[in-house]
Amino acid sequence: MHEVGIIQSAVEAAQDSAKASGATEIHVLRLRVGALTGVVPDALEFAFEVVRSGTMAASATLEIENVPASFWCGGCQAEFLPPELSYVCPKCGRQDVELRHGLELEVASLEIS
Amino acid sequence: MCKECGCGIVGEVNIAGKPSRQVPSPLVNGGSSHAHSHVEPHDHPHPHSHDHDHGHPHEHPHAPATQTLEVHQAILAKNDRQAERNRGFFKAKGLLVLNVVSSPGSGKTTLIQKTISMLAGRLRAGVIVGDLATDNDAARLRSAGCPVVQITTGTVCHLEADMVARAAGQLDLGALDLLVIENVGNLVCPATYDLGEDLRVVLLAVTEGEDKPLKYPPMFHSAEVALLNKMDLAAATEFDRATALENLRRASPHATIFEVSGRTGQGLGAWCDFLVEKHRTQKA
Ligand SMILES: Nc1nc2c(ncn2[C@@H]2O[C@H](COP(=O)(O)OP(=O)(O)OP(=O)(O)O)[C@@H](O)[C@H]2O)c(=O)[nH]1
Ligand SMILES: [Mg+2]
Ligand SMILES: [Zn+2]
Ligand SMILES: [Zn+2]
Repeated sequence: MHEVGIIQSAVEAAQDSAKASGATEIHVLRLRVGALTGVVPDALEFAFEVVRSGTMAASATLEIENVPASFWCGGCQAEFLPPELSYVCPKCGRQDVELRHGLELEVASLEIS
Repeated sequence: MCKECGCGIVGEVNIAGKPSRQVPSPLVNGGSSHAHSHVEPHDHPHPHSHDHDHGHPHEHPHAPATQTLEVHQAILAKNDRQAERNRGFFKAKGLLVLNVVSSPGSGKTTLIQKTISMLAGRLRAGVIVGDLATDNDAARLRSAGCPVVQITTGTVCHLEADMVARAAGQLDLGALDLLVIENVGNLVCPATYDLGEDLRVVLLAVTEGEDKPLKYPPMFHSAEVALLNKMDLAAATEFDRATALENLRRASPHATIFEVSGRTGQGLGAWCDFLVEKHRTQKA
């Protein structure tokens, strides 16, 4: 169910925010999806077609921003994008690096009226 | 649909054989009345009169003036809130709660069974077990002599905080010290869903290959404990122990690592002592 559940939660969260701002329709739904979440954007779009009917986002456009994975090296005080998931800072070779991005799963913004 | 499990449509989740929405729980707001997760069809009020035909949306050329609304909200915020509620509830009961995750077949059920029998007389344990379809694992765990609640997730490839809340309501939590949650065998999806556990325990069997921690970073990264399991097969499978440990340390820099076998019990003494100690400090 993964993507269906995710998009349902996203539409629900979007509706709550839109209603709270007094809107009646969502025209654009923008999501941010990290590369490491295992969530497949194509599957999200497909699921959106199924889930949107009867909601405030019934005729909305879905825009997905893919967030690539990145790590943080405490030694260099810098972020780096791993060529593959190597867990090693390419500058100083340090291994105790921190996962910074790639786990995002959020409703970024909406166009409403 | 889902890359990991190929699952598609949301089916019915059952708890102890009953549809999850009909299972009341003190951990869930509103008890049994209605579950959270469905987008209600068109429930917004319609005070305005539609003087144009609403049958074909947007055929009128004049686009409505729209406005941008910044939301920046986690899609799973609702799950996160329920997980926090679970955590608070469990803490108040003095429970230590484990979320056990791994690939299918890494040995979760076997390990939980063995752990619970080894802890007899030290910690009173209960289990919530998630499975796509069968209740085989629940039956195996029951044979260890502890209370077990089965969640049949249908097509859902992971457990969610709400399911755990409802399942936990079926247990006499006051009579337990340890609650073990066996998640659905899957290294991707469960990583995103906090259940309200104290410790996320990830299993890696020696039969799975040494590079698995690097292939599934979020799951390993989020674990507080990593169990290198099926060590009894290490020699036979020419398992490269040093590389596996190195990869585990990289992917889960903060995790405590135990080398164990759920079958032979090898290494489980230290693991059980660790749990007893965690429970003691948790309660304090
Ligand atoms: N040799 C050996 N085999 C094991 C060990 N632990 C489990 N097994 C075997 O591995 C298989 C899967 O074990 P389970 O305990 O069912 O694994 P699981 O992770 O609960 O599986 P799912 O719930 O289906 O994901 C079974 O055939 C077990 O007998 C172990 O420590 N050593
Ligand atoms: Mg199992
Ligand atoms: Zn999935
Ligand atoms: Zn560095």
